[in-house]
Amino acid sequence: MNKRLLALFSLASAVLFLGGGLALADDKSIIVQSTTSTKNSGLYDHILPQFKEQSGITVHVVAVGTGQAIKNAGNCDGDVLLVHAKPAEETFVAEGHGVARHDLMYNDFVIVGPPTDLAGIAGGTSAVESFKSVADSGALFASRGDDSGTHKKEKALWAEAGVDPSASSGQWYRETGSGMGATLNVGVGMGAYVMSDRATWIAFKNKGDFGIVVEGDEALFNQYGVILVNPEKCPNVKADLGQQFIDWLLSDEGQEAIRSYVVDGQQLFFPNGNS
Amino acid sequence: MQDLGEAFSLAFGLVLAGDGDLMEIILLSLQVSLTAIAIAALLALPLGALLAVARFPGRGAILVLVNALMGLPPVVVGLVVYVFLSRAGPLGWMGLLYTPTAMIIAQVILVAPIIAALSRQVLEDLHGEYAEQFQSLCLRRHQIIGALLWDGRYSLLTVLLAGFGRAVAEVGAVIIVGGNIDHLTRVMTTAIALETSKGDLALALALGIVLLAIALTVNGLVMALRATAYRNAYA
Repeated sequence: MNKRLLALFSLASAVLFLGGGLALADDKSIIVQSTTSTKNSGLYDHILPQFKEQSGITVHVVAVGTGQAIKNAGNCDGDVLLVHAKPAEETFVAEGHGVARHDLMYNDFVIVGPPTDLAGIAGGTSAVESFKSVADSGALFASRGDDSGTHKKEKALWAEAGVDPSASSGQWYRETGSGMGATLNVGVGMGAYVMSDRATWIAFKNKGDFGIVVEGDEALFNQYGVILVNPEKCPNVKADLGQQFIDWLLSDEGQEAIRSYVVDGQQLFFPNGNS
Repeated sequence: MQDLGEAFSLAFGLVLAGDGDLMEIILLSLQVSLTAIAIAALLALPLGALLAVARFPGRGAILVLVNALMGLPPVVVGLVVYVFLSRAGPLGWMGLLYTPTAMIIAQVILVAPIIAALSRQVLEDLHGEYAEQFQSLCLRRHQIIGALLWDGRYSLLTVLLAGFGRAVAEVGAVIIVGGNIDHLTRVMTTAIALETSKGDLALALALGIVLLAIALTVNGLVMALRATAYRNAYA
């Protein structure tokens, strides 16, 4: 009894184990290392089925912050990189990790906050001025603090405002060290201002009584780029399939798929891959 | 509180509708965690039994180590497994990162110390009761270990359930080595993390309720199995 049970047990686990390992090998698929906003906003659920139908290629998305996505792709753990931090992307290509960088689409960042608006920035159009007011008033501000694309952008704006928020970290400046959605949850929970990409904010469901307080500044422009991981550095990269995906994203069809993604009557991403 | 009420109705709705995506996620959760438990049991039960029976120099240090490893943070295990399985890592050529296999490996590392440490305690107590009898029968060590494992099987089931609970509930390790990829490596806990980050707290809670229901079902099944076997053995 004992032995039979054991044999059954090991057989079952061996089958499950092998089944698990083979899952990736059998089909036409690529891995995309991606920023979180494109995933959390539901964009991939909208465009990937269209690409799959046309090409037969399954796209597996690993959604992490831009910083981590670039790091993972640098370790060859992905075929395509889709993020939003142009300087870091250009470095990635210059160092030979990526083949070429293409503009894909854009949207913008917004600053959201509670109706109490302690810093008095609601209705403003200058991100830098708003940041100065937040720092002066000591109103709570929740930052990603995770080296993501959004965090890099936010740090650049603080620098422009002449404020070093890290000196006040733990006081009015709260670094969550997590993704956009998690940071929004924190911000809504503690009544702190948050800088978010517009797509994640619109699709976000736990808004509470928060609303957009600052938008429309050119400094809040948010450009997304797409890069094929360099097969010369990473022999495991499925360069053909990855390039097919990039070509499709940049084609009229792919750009139209991005354009047609609408949440609550609002377009979340604006394609500019042909420009 | 509003979210909680909504979550319960959502959870029932999801289960009753037999939502295909949800079923896929539940099945993968079970596949990964049950496989991890099976493998961890094969490795850790004999180790626990050996530690219960044998006396050798350094045993105390090993016991402390195994007990301490029960507290391994899942995210650290995830990172270590990532470093090994990444294409840039020593085992990268196997191409296991972002597969269910990688998740199983991480969970085996997480639960094996729990099974080893708890089974060691259970079997050592049992050994205390039987030691004289074993001596009089002049049993060899592997026979003693076999007898202890068999005799302690009902208590060891509870040990395995503790390991299963840890495996199926953790998110830190599987989200790093699995990547939370839709239709490939998404399990209950990573789905909950994703819905939380979308701000859909009601759906996240609903998935949590479903996960709890699964844990209850597994525990109930094991309990029933144990009761039946117990009756048959002593009837």
